[in-house]
Formats: sequence, structure tokens, C-alpha cells
Amino acid sequence: MDEPRVDELTGRPTMGHEFDGIEELNTPMPRWWLWTFYLTIIWGIGYTIAFPAWPMISGATAGLLGHSTRGEVSADIAAHEASNAALVAELNAADLATFDPLTDLHRYAVARGSSVFRAQCSQCHGAGAAGAVGYPNLLDNDWLWGGTLEDIAHSVRHGIRNETDFDARYSVMPAFGDILEPADIEKLVDFVPTLADADWDSAGGDLFTENCAACHGDQGLGDSSLGAPNLADAIWLYGSDHDSLTATISNARFGVMPAWGQRLNEEDVRAVSAYVHSLGGGE
Amino acid sequence: MDVAKLVALGLITLIAAYASDQGLDIAFRVHGFIVLVVAAGLFIHMLRRLGEPKPAIVATDYNDGPVRAGVIATAFWGIVGLAVGVLIAFQLAFPALNFDWAQPFANFGRLRPLHTSAVIFAFGGNALIASSIYIVQRTSRTRLFGGNLVWFVFWGYQLFIVLAATGYLLGATQSKEYAEPEWYVDIWLTLVWVAYLVIFLGTIIKRKERHIYVANWFFLAFIVTVAMLHVVNNLAVPVSIWGSKSVQLFSGVQDAMTQWWYGHNAVGFFLTAGFLGMMYYYVPKQANRPVYSYKLSIVHFWALIFLYIWAGPHHLHYTALPDWASTLGMVFSVILWMPSWAGMMNGLMTLNGSWDKIRTDPIIRFLVASLAFYGMSTFEGPMMSIRAVNSLSHYTDWTVGHVHSGALGWNGMIIFAMIYFLTPRLWNRGAMYSTAAMNWHFWLAMIGIVLYAASMWVSGIMEGLMWREVDDQGFLVNSFADTVSAKFPMYVVRGLGGTLYLGGACIMVWNMWKTIRGHAPVTQPVSQMTIPAE
Repeated sequence: MDEPRVDELTGRPTMGHEFDGIEELNTPMPRWWLWTFYLTIIWGIGYTIAFPAWPMISGATAGLLGHSTRGEVSADIAAHEASNAALVAELNAADLATFDPLTDLHRYAVARGSSVFRAQCSQCHGAGAAGAVGYPNLLDNDWLWGGTLEDIAHSVRHGIRNETDFDARYSVMPAFGDILEPADIEKLVDFVPTLADADWDSAGGDLFTENCAACHGDQGLGDSSLGAPNLADAIWLYGSDHDSLTATISNARFGVMPAWGQRLNEEDVRAVSAYVHSLGGGE
Repeated sequence: MDVAKLVALGLITLIAAYASDQGLDIAFRVHGFIVLVVAAGLFIHMLRRLGEPKPAIVATDYNDGPVRAGVIATAFWGIVGLAVGVLIAFQLAFPALNFDWAQPFANFGRLRPLHTSAVIFAFGGNALIASSIYIVQRTSRTRLFGGNLVWFVFWGYQLFIVLAATGYLLGATQSKEYAEPEWYVDIWLTLVWVAYLVIFLGTIIKRKERHIYVANWFFLAFIVTVAMLHVVNNLAVPVSIWGSKSVQLFSGVQDAMTQWWYGHNAVGFFLTAGFLGMMYYYVPKQANRPVYSYKLSIVHFWALIFLYIWAGPHHLHYTALPDWASTLGMVFSVILWMPSWAGMMNGLMTLNGSWDKIRTDPIIRFLVASLAFYGMSTFEGPMMSIRAVNSLSHYTDWTVGHVHSGALGWNGMIIFAMIYFLTPRLWNRGAMYSTAAMNWHFWLAMIGIVLYAASMWVSGIMEGLMWREVDDQGFLVNSFADTVSAKFPMYVVRGLGGTLYLGGACIMVWNMWKTIRGHAPVTQPVSQMTIPAE
């Protein structure tokens, strides 16, 4: 077929070509469609005049509105910082040893700290701060490195066993797998979980006194100046089952936390410390 | 000629044998082995048939063997891709499904590109290749150009899919979304694709119609542009020719921009232009009506291919990408709205005068649903490209929902229509075995899409709002983990939606099996316009 014919149903002429039985109607483009298309083009031209858009030889057109996505974010942040400036100054001047939890400043610090915690700390310690294996629970009152607000702030600011901060909390447990016979490690693994009401006259008790008491204390109650955990309570960072304890005693553990003083500003360090201190276990 | 082919195959076998033994990483060695088996098998096959007379080809017949193979490959990879999709959807809801025993091969990170590549390039790609060679022959009224080269395209493409898929599972990836395969797989695909271009263009050149049908414009745009995108985005230097690892030519934000120029146009030219080519044949053919407007098809074709290529930067709003590039990406995406809708209109308005078929003809129903989802997705897309909207939607499940309303709705439904259209014709059956099964498939797929898209919209918008929620003093209210746990119910619903969609596809495969094996139709063949009414 080469001649256009009129389609009976629509009354439109066809184009006169036919492909495998398919014809095409010579329908004009719908008006509303064409005008909407033109409008989007006109809008597009206008938008590219108003906003940074066209690349030039060096740089690009800046746009009449002077808009910048980076500028927008900076302005947003600056506005919040300005509105909180007075409280921030007060927080940075506060003495952590005598920080009164009944003040507005403390409430501000906890609100700010909870936000810092969600963004920076929750990845390891959990969104609810309940910790995980190898990452301490911050809700209880069992503190590896001390639970006063100043202790917590020190741990946050300088971190734990990292290589980047000279003042980081630091201690190393020996890998007793290199020191003791497997049979002795087995005895310690059996003895340590029973510390609370242990038989100190046993072989395990002797091994504990000789090898562990120097850091963990005569009664195994731990020493927060060394980051040595209390072994007589029911809280176990790496688990108290046979395999976990064998691994802990044989290979030792070396939990690391970054020095947040190098990543956060002073008010955020103080705020997140106040938040963690307020969670229930703060001393 | 045959001897030259034998020598080439022998050489490939030897090189592959060396690679399978001496490859620097597991993926490369396994790939060497796969190529070894394929090349050695072909070598033996050719050797045994050396000197035998070639079957005569009737020059007036259409070359439909590769189309039959393509329809089966489409269905096969469709089931694979959808099944992996369902698995990873449930892995997100229940992380325990990243089974310990299956590590590291079957974790979410390796299965996810397997899913996307399988559905886009294997399911969608086979549908496109099969449709395009079926359609170009008929609308050009000539046999396919290039003789058996089309079989190289078909099997070469399947080999590409197998190499890509096994590579992901074995950890070989260049970590570019939708362009994960490593350098040697990319080179192979380039060869296959050039052969595809040759047979397609050759057929158009030797056509017996005076004009080139609109479907073929879209197919040609798809083939040419995908070749360009593929080559540029995969420019890389291999670390060693005996290993899979390569280093990208671009770095930083230039690499990101190249990647999303590629990524968005994979959507624009693979999943849109190519599929519009399918639409421009199956809709008028099945409805037995003329295409609504030739003028509209010309204008929207040129507008679409000119505009799409600029839209990529909208994937990189609020990143290191300069504001000017981001503005251009957004503006061109918004202007793209009407040209996209013109495709939907030209499809839907073609049904003028045969709208009643939507009640009786399941194929028309699939096509109409497909066009409706195309319209929705191409409205949603420009909207999401607007910076202010994107600041909420970006990185959330909303994007996932958007992609799937396009992929399950537009691409999936039109592929199902294609399979139901082609299967009876290619195997000379009167109609599909069961119309009831087609209806079941349609409704399972529709409910599946609705569950999928709705759950992802809710989840995405909720998650975007939770991420940006700050209190009076400007402090973040939610942690990331809070948003993850809040999404759990939506993740389960999404998985169920995917399961229904997969179930529908399984019914289709059963129906295909019955049809191809020659079981007589159990119902009146309403989908067949060629059968006269009784």
C-alpha cells in the first residue's frame, strides 16, 4: 500500500506506509502534550539562567540566584551553631567533675550527646548503647576504664589502645597461650567463671594468683586504672563459655576505640560523655 | 573458512586451558575453564561435521531459529533473575539467609549484582535481541542479514551472561553498578554487540520497505548507544592479562560521572528505547490498529534520544559533582517527561477502537499495564531528579521502588506480552495452551508489583524522613540502625510481592511448555487475531 487511506474508526488519514500489516495514522501531536513540552523547555532555560548550569572554558555560569548546594548546607549548619552558641560556650567552660545534672546546660549536653552517639558510636555500641560481643554495654555500671564523667570523657577524647593518641587508654594482656601449658589454661578456664564463690585452694586458684591477680586483683575484681575487667561479676565482654574463655586467655584481647578528640569538637566530646554518663551506669 | 574457524577455536581452547590453570585468581581460572569447555566442544562439533553438506536456506524465509532460542532464554533467565531477586529481598529482611555455609559466594553483596544483571541484561537483553530480530525481519520484509552470525550473537551473549554471573559469585567485579563484569568479559560483550549491530543494520539496509519502521529506529538507537556507553564506561587497564582485576581509567568524581552517564542511559536506551521498539510492534500488531500518531513518534524519538543522554548527573545530586552538572542533569530529566509520555500515549491511543480487548485479550492487558507503569515511572523519575525531592529520596528504598515499578511493570509486563505473542507464532500453535493461566499470571504479577512498589514507597519515604529528622536544637533524632529496624515489615511485604511476581512467571513457563510441546489449547484462542471468529 502506498496511498494514504482514511482510517474508518478515527477518521484520520494514514501515512500510506505499511509494515507487516502495521499502519501509522497522520494524527497531529496532541496540543496539551506539545504545550507542556514547550513549557518544560522554557522552564528549563529559565532554571539554567537562575542556577549554576552552563560549563564555560574555566568554571561554569553561577546563575542569577547565586545558589550553591554547599552554601545551603553551610548556612544551615551556621544557623544551628549560632542558635546554640551560648550553650556551647557554657558547656566548654563547665567543670566536668561537678557537672550538675539538674541544669538546663546538662539537659542540652545530653540531647546533643545522644545525637553524636547515634551518628558516631552506635555502629559499635549499638543504637541503644547495649553493646555487643567485644563492644562494652554502656548502660550498666561495669566500667573498664572508670565510670565518672571525667573518666568517660577521657576515654572518649583519647580513645583506647589506638596508635594515634599518646594519651589513649592503654594496657596489654599477655597471650597466655605462649606462657602456660594447655592443661593449665584449661584449669583457668574452669576456674575463672566461678570466681564469685571460688575455691581458692585449687590448682585454678593458684594459677590465677600467679598469673592473673597482678592486673585483675586478688579477688578478680578488676582494676579500672589498667582497664582490667572485673571477672567476679556476670558481665562478660567476650563471653564466659568454655571456647570464648579459652580464646581470651590463650590469645588475649585487644579492644580498640578511636580517639574521638581528633574527630569531634570539644563540645561534642563533652556532650557525648555526658550522654553516656547519664545512661544509668555513670558513677 | 571452516578450517580457519577450527584453527581459531583450537587456539582459544589452548589459551583457555592455560588460563584455567595459571590464572591469578579463582574467577579467572573458572572462566578459563568455562571458555575451555565451550571452545573445545565447538571444535569437536565442527570437526565432526567438516565436509558435510550445509542445509539449504530458503532465502525468502525469515530466520526465526534464533528468535525461538531467544524466547526460551528470556524465560529461563527471567526465572533465574526473579528467583535471586526474591532471595536477596528476604536476605535483607532476614539476614540469617546469608547462610554461613554459603559464604562468601551467596552473600547479599555478591547476589545483588547477579540479580540486577540477570533481570536487566539476561532477561531484558534476550527479550530485546529476540524481539528486535523478529521485528526487523518482518517490518523490513527481508531475511535477517549475516547468515549464521546471529547464532554467534545469541550464544555469545549467553556466554557473556554466564561469565558475568559466575564472576560476581566468585568475587570478580569492577564495582560499577550495572557494569560489574571485568575487562575480558567486557571485551567479549563488545565483540558480540558489534556483530549484533552488523546483523541488525545489514537487515535494515537490505530492507524491502521504502521506509524504516519506527520500532527499528528505537532498536538501532538502543544498539548504537549501548555500544558507546559500554565501551566508554568500561575503559580500564588490566593488572595482568592472566587475572580478572583491572584499574579504571577515570577516578574520583569523573569516574562517578562516567558511571552514571552509563548507568542512567542503561535505563534510557536498554530499558526504554529498546523496549519502546518492542512496544511499537506488539501493541499495534496485537490490537490490529494503526499506530496513533506518526508525527508524535518522530518528535518523541529524537527528543528522547537527545535528552536522555544528559540526564545521568541526577544520580549524583549533593555529592562531589559540581552544582552546574547537577543542574543540567535535573533540567534535562524534567524536560524528558513529555517525550517519555509520548511513548505511552502512542501506545495507549493506538488502542482507540479496540479498548474492549482489554477484557478479553490477556496480551493486550499485559501491554496496557506495561504502558501504564511506563507512564508512572517516567513521571516519577523526572520528579525524583528535582534536587529538593532527591534530597529526600536519594539513597532510600524509594529509588528501589521507582526502579522496580519500571522494571517489573514496564519491562516485565511487556516481556510477558512478547512471550505470549511470539510463542504460538514461532512454534506454529494456534494459541497459548491456557488463557486462564495467562490471566492468573497477569493478576499475580499486578498484585506483586503493587505490594513491591507500595512497600518501597512507604519504606523509602519513611527512611528519608527519619534520616533528616532533627530536634529543635538541630540534633539528629534517629540512628541509622533505627531506620533499618523500622523498615523490617516493609521488607517482608516487598519479598512477598516479589514471590507473587515470580509465581506468575513460573505459571508462564508452564504455559509455554504446554504450548511448545503441542498440547491443544484448553480455551478459545482469544489472543489470536489470525484465527477467524466462529
